[in-house]
Parts: sequence; C-alpha cells; structure tokens
Amino acid sequence: MSARAAAGAEAGTVDGTADLTVDIDAVLDRESVVVCCGSGGVGKTTTAAALAVRAAERGRRVAVLTIDPARRLAQAMGLTELDNTPRRVAGIDESAGGELDAMMLDMKRTFDEVVATHADPERAQAILANPFYQSLSSSFAGTQEYMAMEKLGQLKAAGLYDLIVVDTPPTRNALDFLDAPQRLSRFLDGRMIRVLVAPARAGGRAYVKVLSVGIGMFTSVLAKIVGMQLLRDLSTFVAALETMFGGFRERAEATYELLKRPGTTFIVVAAPERDALREASYFVERLAEESMPLTGLVLNRVHPTRAPGLSGSRSLAVAEMLTDSGASPLTAAVLQLHAERIALAAREQQLKARFTSAHPHVPVLEVLAQATDVHDLSGLREVGASLAAGAAG
Amino acid sequence: MSDFPGVRLHVVSGKGGTGKTTVAAALALALAGGGRRVLLAEVEGRQGIAQLFDCPPLGYDEREVAVAPHGGDVLAMAVEPEQALLEYLDMFYKLGRAGRALKKMGAIDFATTIAPGIADVLVTGKIKEAVIRREGGRPAYDAVVMDAPPTGRIARFLNVNSEVVGLARMGPIHSQAQSVMTLLASAHTAVHLVTLLEEMPVQETVDAVGQLTKAGLPVGAVIVNMTREPILPADALVAVAEGRLDTAELRRGLRAGGLPKSPSIEEGLVAEAVDHAQRVALEETERDELARVDRPTYELPLLEGGVDLGGLYRLAGALAAQGVR
Repeated sequence: MSARAAAGAEAGTVDGTADLTVDIDAVLDRESVVVCCGSGGVGKTTTAAALAVRAAERGRRVAVLTIDPARRLAQAMGLTELDNTPRRVAGIDESAGGELDAMMLDMKRTFDEVVATHADPERAQAILANPFYQSLSSSFAGTQEYMAMEKLGQLKAAGLYDLIVVDTPPTRNALDFLDAPQRLSRFLDGRMIRVLVAPARAGGRAYVKVLSVGIGMFTSVLAKIVGMQLLRDLSTFVAALETMFGGFRERAEATYELLKRPGTTFIVVAAPERDALREASYFVERLAEESMPLTGLVLNRVHPTRAPGLSGSRSLAVAEMLTDSGASPLTAAVLQLHAERIALAAREQQLKARFTSAHPHVPVLEVLAQATDVHDLSGLREVGASLAAGAAG
Repeated sequence: MSDFPGVRLHVVSGKGGTGKTTVAAALALALAGGGRRVLLAEVEGRQGIAQLFDCPPLGYDEREVAVAPHGGDVLAMAVEPEQALLEYLDMFYKLGRAGRALKKMGAIDFATTIAPGIADVLVTGKIKEAVIRREGGRPAYDAVVMDAPPTGRIARFLNVNSEVVGLARMGPIHSQAQSVMTLLASAHTAVHLVTLLEEMPVQETVDAVGQLTKAGLPVGAVIVNMTREPILPADALVAVAEGRLDTAELRRGLRAGGLPKSPSIEEGLVAEAVDHAQRVALEETERDELARVDRPTYELPLLEGGVDLGGLYRLAGALAAQGVR
C-alpha cells in the first residue's frame, strides 16, 4: 500500500471537524470484503459493479456478487446465465494483474446447496421434495439476505479472490439484511417448530411432554382448519429440517462474524431523497451498534449546477423577461432549466446536510447523476472514477 | 375507471419507489368523486396510507379518511393476515377461544412465515369479503382499491391458487383460495401498474404484465407517475440531446436579457440543457417501451417537494381529467 493510501485509510476515522475524505482506491486495494447496502432503487448494484471493475483494473482478483441487476447491466458484465457460479467478465483491463468474476445470486439453488451440505442424501431428498420447502426456499422473509451471506461465506472460504464485492438485496427495510441470521435462528428455535416436530419423534420424551399439555386437541383443531394432509407434510418437513438446524445456525453465525472481521467494510448507498436517506441513517446507526466497519455513504445521482456563477432568481427573472418579449425562446427555456436545476441542487444539499449533521463522522461521497442509465463497462469506469475522485465533503 | 367498466376491485402495484401507495390513494379519491363510497386497503403493514392522509395509524376496522370532491367517501383499513385469520376462524368455525390459543402458540406467525402463500390467501380473502359485502340491499362499496405488494411479487401474491395448491390439495384453505381466485381472475378486477419513465421500473412493468397475463389475471392500466414537461422547445430537443445547441442564439439571448458575457456560465448552461434533453430522450424511449404492452395509460405529474394531502387531491384531479371515474 502506498503512503498516500495509508493516509487515506486513516482519514475516515479522524475525529473533529476535519475534512472527511475517503480514498476509495486505498479501500479497494486493502479490504477483502466490501458490502454495499441501502434501500432499493438507489443505484446499489451499479455502485457495487463500478467498485469491482475499478478494483480489478487496479490489479486485484475480484468477485462481484449481485442480486438483481438491470438487464442491460447484467449483459454488460456477461451475466446472461443465472447459474450461481462466478464467471469471468470480458473486457476488463487485466494489465495490472487483476481480473473480475461476476455472479448473480440464485437464491433457491444456494438454499438447495446448503441443504445438500448439511443433511444426508436421503434426508436432503425428503426436504427438497417437500411442498413446504418450495414455499420456504423461495419466499421466507430474509431468505434472500441470508443466502447472499451464505454465498459470500462460500466464496470467501474458496480463497480464490483478493476482494469480494457484495450487492445486498433490495429490501425496503435495509436492516433485514443484518437480521437475517438471527431471524433464521429464532425461527428454527420457535415454539411451533418444537410442537410440530414432536409427533415425528414419536416415543421420545418430548412427545410425551407436549402431549401432556393437550397437543392432541391442538393438532386436531389445526387439522380441521388447514387439512390433515397439510399438517402431515409440515410435520415431516420440519422434522427433516430439524436435523440440520445445528449446521444451519453455525453457518449463519460464522458469516455474521465474518462481517465484523478486519478486512470487511460496508458502504451505504443512498440517493439524495428523503426516504433513501432516512433508511441510510438507520443503517449507519445499526452498523455502529453491531460494530461493523463503515467506509462511508455514497450519495448517488446528485445534480449539482454546472453554472454556479448565475443565481436561480436572476436566471428566472431574465427568463421571464425573454418570454414576455419573445426575444429568444431557446434562451428563456435554458434559463428556466437552470433555475430548476439550482432549486433541485439546493434541495439535495439540504437533505445531505441533514444527514451529515446527524452523522458528522460519516464521510459522504457524491456521485454525479448520469444523463443515461449505466449499462456498459465504460459507464461503470466513469462511476468508479467519480467515486475515487472523492467528491467528498 | 371509464376504461374499466364493471371493475369493482382495483389492485395497484408498482416497483418500490414509484409511488404506488400515493397512486392508490389518488385513485381511491378519484373513484369516490361524485358521491361514491370507496375502500382503500393496505396489505403490507407499512402504514403508508396513514402518512399520506395525515391520520393515526390504520387498523383492521374500516375508517373514513377523506371526503372526495363533489361528495363521496374514502374509507381505509390495514388488512393484516393475523386478524384476517382470526376473523375467518370465527366466521366459519366459531373458534373464538381456540383462535386466541393459536395466536398464543405463535401458530399464526409460524404459518405466515413458513408458507407466505397462506398469509396471501387470508389477506386477499378479506379484500374479497369487502368487495362482495352488501349493506341495505346494495354493495357496501362502489369500489375497493388495494395498495398491493410491489411488481416483483404481485403475480405470486394474487395467484393464490398456485401458491397454496401444493400445500393444501383440499380442505378449507384450498376452497378459500379457489373462491378468491374466481374474483381476482374475473372482469370485476383490474391490476394497475405504477411506473416511472426509467429503465428498471419500465422493465419490471413489462415483466409484470407478462407474468399477470400468464397467470390469467386481468391487467388494467399503466400509470406513469412523476412525469415532467420538457422545458426546451420541442424542435430543439433532438439537436440538444446530441450536443448541438445553437450557442450563438443562446449568447444573443443572454445579452438581450442583460447578462454579462461569461464563457463559464455559457458552458454550464449548455451542459445543463444537454443533460435535460438526454433525459427527455431517455424518457421517450421508455414511453415507447411502455406503449408496447398496449394497455390504457395515465400520467401523473411530479409534485415538487413531495406529496401532501393537497397534492393527493391534485393527483386525483389529474386522474379524473383523464377519464377515471
């Protein structure tokens, strides 16, 4: 690491009123896991992809794990197949010795793999064929978050990469992502699970104990409501699943710990909008609570004015005058646009200021809005350069 | 909606961030106009409707939240699977106490976690009950508007039949799912999709139309939210988007307006105009993409500074002006 990079690494932790700058290149050269999080629709996937491209072209062996990229961005990265395996991205400048693999998470397949790893073949078969598994594996709240972390754990364990960049699922509540391992654990420890597993352990002590509190009546009521067949499927499923609880929880906890280890850093992504920044705030606080390391906030798609020398009010006044006189409709329109742009920039800066006053120690990196959507490598390089230029402040 | 005669249930979906709750609320207000009674139902426990109407959090009871222009009432409620299940049990099994016991066991939490499809049946079942309910010899509501889950989940959410068919091949849950499906797939229902003129939301809208059609669910309108009028003259837009702005004309105009000569300001203004024209061009591409799904389309303007109650009435007015009634 260069001296400059080392200095940049320190800057993010400096206390006080000092200018908060982040040297993104130093982060990309140093860390081994970068997790991009934030609410949906703020450009999280693009940010993750841009960081990965930049890191690879700086000479690192990088994998980027994305969840749900826009179709054309996926194509640009060669992600045409959803097969849960990282694939080499073509068109990366590998002259510095780096390379980039990309993969799209297949939630169900990852879940299937976890089952296969933790249960013997016969049980695995029973679980995979159960209708409840079909429902659970594709829609259990938190499955996607958990599976993203599971995949990260797998990639990390394989040891093929210097850096793994993770794009998190677009959950409305970004916190779901940190809660996933605990939620899964809590679910698997739940009282209902115990009750339902009991009959399958017929003869065991648990069965007798549960029976004594009137579980017979309870299940018969349930059977009446949902149907006996459903209850039987459920009981078999839960019993099969129970055999792999231990392994499940261990994995969830190990991945959670991985996120806290040195070498991991989080980047919170937001757009300059009220809701997105509110979620970013929660996330920043939550990361601090969990002692997870934060590089900073990426404020995506900001619209600074390109002509700061001309005020909005002056611009509008002249536009009105020109409209009245009919002298130059083009100029009047351009000036009206400028006035709107200044108003927009002011709103965005106000939202940013609100965030920074609540989180004075979190560096903010602004990324300029692109006129068109980013869907090729050169667009990603531009975003990466904009991040590295550190329009921080 | 005039484009949807006979529709009693309006389901509003859209990608996160497109403003589907706002649009659902505006649609309910527009439909209530002229003395009708409309129920606006939220199904994801987010309390977005209460925030919009600036009222206390909604519960399972149907409560008046707004009066429509020229008379008419909008009532609102938050449908929640747990309450729906208890009500359902009470109605069909007189299971008052046993129902509460189930709740205490965590059975309901459990059921909705392990099989979200079952929660969906309960929620849509409650909506169906409101649609067919009669009071004093006529329907209790002229229309029901559902603020539904986002487009990524909408086809699965509504296609309750296939969601539970693997889980419950017979029995009461199964029959409930079938009767709900009958309403959802009928001409009394329309699923409207809210979008923005941006790549991802449009892509999701097109995908959702395909999924809904495949599931036999009736696609209603495409509602384009937060639209902005292009400010540059139409004849200049294409050239400017390609970076060919008539700078001589701009300079003349700035001089005529009494602004001092400044190359940096001129360059900045040109750059801003190009940004704008390129965005308008991109929006046009997305509009063409939407036209391909061939559904009635409504447009709602962007309200600067966010949506408040006044803004909601403006949006309802815009829908009414485009023929929603």
